Amino acid sequence: MSATQVMPPASPNSSEIPAKRTLTTKPRFSDKVFRGVVTGGGLSSLIILGLILGYLLYQGYSTLHSEGFKFITGSDWHAVIDDNGVFDPKNSHFGLAAMLIGTLVIATIAVCIGVPISVGAAIYLTFYAPNSIKKFMVALIDLMAAFPSILFGLWGFFVLESSGEYWARLLHKYLGFIPFFKMEVPYYSRSPFIAGLVLAIMIIPIVTSISREIFSQTPLDRIQAAYALGATRWAMIRAVAFPYARSGVIGGAMLGLGRAMGETVAVYTVLNIVYQVNWHVLISAGGNVASMILQKFGEASPAEVKALMAAGLILFIVTLIINSLADLIVARAGKSGR
Amino acid sequence: MSQTIVPANTTPKPAKPWAASSKDRIELALQFIAAIAISYLIVAVTAMKGKLAYVTIFFLAFIVIDFAVNYIRRGAPAAKDALFRGFVTGAVFVAVTPIVSILLTVVVRGYKGIHPNIFFKDMHSTTLNDAVTQGGLLHAVIGTVLMVAFAMAISVPIGILTAIYLTEIKGRFARPIKFLVQAMSGVPSIVAGLFILAAIVYPFTKNYNGIEGSLALAILMIPTVARTSEEVLLLIPGDLREAGVALGGTQWRTVMMVVVPAAKSGLITAMILGVARIAGETAPLVLLTGGGDTTNYNMFKGPMGSLPYYIWKGFNNGTDQSVTRAWAGIFVLLVMVLVLFGAARYLGNRKVGK
Repeated sequence: MSATQVMPPASPNSSEIPAKRTLTTKPRFSDKVFRGVVTGGGLSSLIILGLILGYLLYQGYSTLHSEGFKFITGSDWHAVIDDNGVFDPKNSHFGLAAMLIGTLVIATIAVCIGVPISVGAAIYLTFYAPNSIKKFMVALIDLMAAFPSILFGLWGFFVLESSGEYWARLLHKYLGFIPFFKMEVPYYSRSPFIAGLVLAIMIIPIVTSISREIFSQTPLDRIQAAYALGATRWAMIRAVAFPYARSGVIGGAMLGLGRAMGETVAVYTVLNIVYQVNWHVLISAGGNVASMILQKFGEASPAEVKALMAAGLILFIVTLIINSLADLIVARAGKSGR
Repeated sequence: MSQTIVPANTTPKPAKPWAASSKDRIELALQFIAAIAISYLIVAVTAMKGKLAYVTIFFLAFIVIDFAVNYIRRGAPAAKDALFRGFVTGAVFVAVTPIVSILLTVVVRGYKGIHPNIFFKDMHSTTLNDAVTQGGLLHAVIGTVLMVAFAMAISVPIGILTAIYLTEIKGRFARPIKFLVQAMSGVPSIVAGLFILAAIVYPFTKNYNGIEGSLALAILMIPTVARTSEEVLLLIPGDLREAGVALGGTQWRTVMMVVVPAAKSGLITAMILGVARIAGETAPLVLLTGGGDTTNYNMFKGPMGSLPYYIWKGFNNGTDQSVTRAWAGIFVLLVMVLVLFGAARYLGNRKVGK
């Protein structure tokens, strides 16, 4: 090895050895800018959520202050305007309980119907479907995710209504002994049950595509190991796919729940919105917080708008709590699953 | 070399023990017939009537028969397998039926309201109850396109930056931000509308315009873009990042020239999902945009129409003409969404430059 081959061409005064390159973990200027920008972008969600909370609290404070706890537990909503056209705070009552219950009931129906269907469909598409069918179905379901919510509303009103009534009638006939399905007058249309059905269909694409993505990531070696041990497809799914995908599927279901709780227009279109506490899902009256806000907003006086802002605040907080709970469950399920 | 061991003329015919034999096919046909018979029987006896009843009972009966046959012939594990297969097949049919029904409904009801005028006229001199051939939804299309474009311009950069922060930088705030983005995806659309109302309309502008609707849409779009992008970026193998760094790239160059290009199709999908989430969003637009009937190109001034608002108005008006208008509006909105969706799929499926 001669030095002339390895060394770079000698510069005029290269008799001394070049200084050692300094190694550093300090980020360069470009990296600092990059990190700053990205962190700023990342923090924007914090800022936006904080602003939403702050502004809704600011606008709704007077109502929350005057109603106190009764805003959540009470179920009267009367904005009284006296003869002079002035808002009368003494006789006005704002209590959100009826609509909170309605929100819970409708979203629960939606999740109970929608999630099993979605997870089943996801499993079929991942583990059963032949490739050609799979491609087509996946495209179709992804497409459904792009359908606007008002389309579901109109479709629910004009098309699903009749089948919904049909199922409602059956539920009443055969399961009428369960208190939820009790009803006095046989008038089945525009009920929370039908609203729940529409929402169930609305959350199918999201839950399906998330579950499908998770199922398709099931490690192939474990699948083949299960088959090699003589498992049937169901045994393989139960032993390998379910534990692997559990957290992701729960995450998808929670996302569906969140969407079902906040849905406004589809519920407004399908449901006969009546301000009352209604546990009986087949009776043609009910509502959820979001659709109630939309319904009352049009002809609301400034004072009632403040109450609606407070209602929005409650809805916001409830959905935040649901999502946080979902996060916790997912985190825990993820640990046990792998 | 192994060819010499087995003489050619004794090569066994390839067997396919899993393929259905003719006996299996006959059995399947018998199962079908039995299930149909049972569905007729139950419909005749019980209160369940109509097409829905036939389909449901047929499906359930078929599963039960399949379960029984498999149990007798091949034992409990095979029977459970058959039961589960039946359930998931049913689930996929139930999931797809509404889509087909919705598409058919929109086409059948929507095309009555479609005529050439619809794209060149707005509603400023037409009422909802006039004949469907008068007026159009030019104002609504323009409003929707402008508002969605503006919302995209705000939320796509923010969403993708958030995702990059969560996956690439993983800084101190990564956990709380991940948590908040998750929480933000649960923000109901009406709350976003109320927020803009409380933060911008009442204190400052005091009137309705397009930009306010657009801001509300942006709030709804950010978490969708961020979450989907994050999922996509997480799927990029760490090897790629290490390779980028090993080649002497700074983090900024590694992310921009290795990670993001590798995730390009997924990021486009994220964007599309975001647009799909907001394109038909109605509630905030009802609260914020004022829903004008005149074509308005200025997002900062005056009420702005939009397709969802147009549909909303037509539906709530309730007359035959206005509901037909609403369906026509949905038809146009759906076609727009479909075109977008197709374009995105095409772009997303294209091979990324290596």
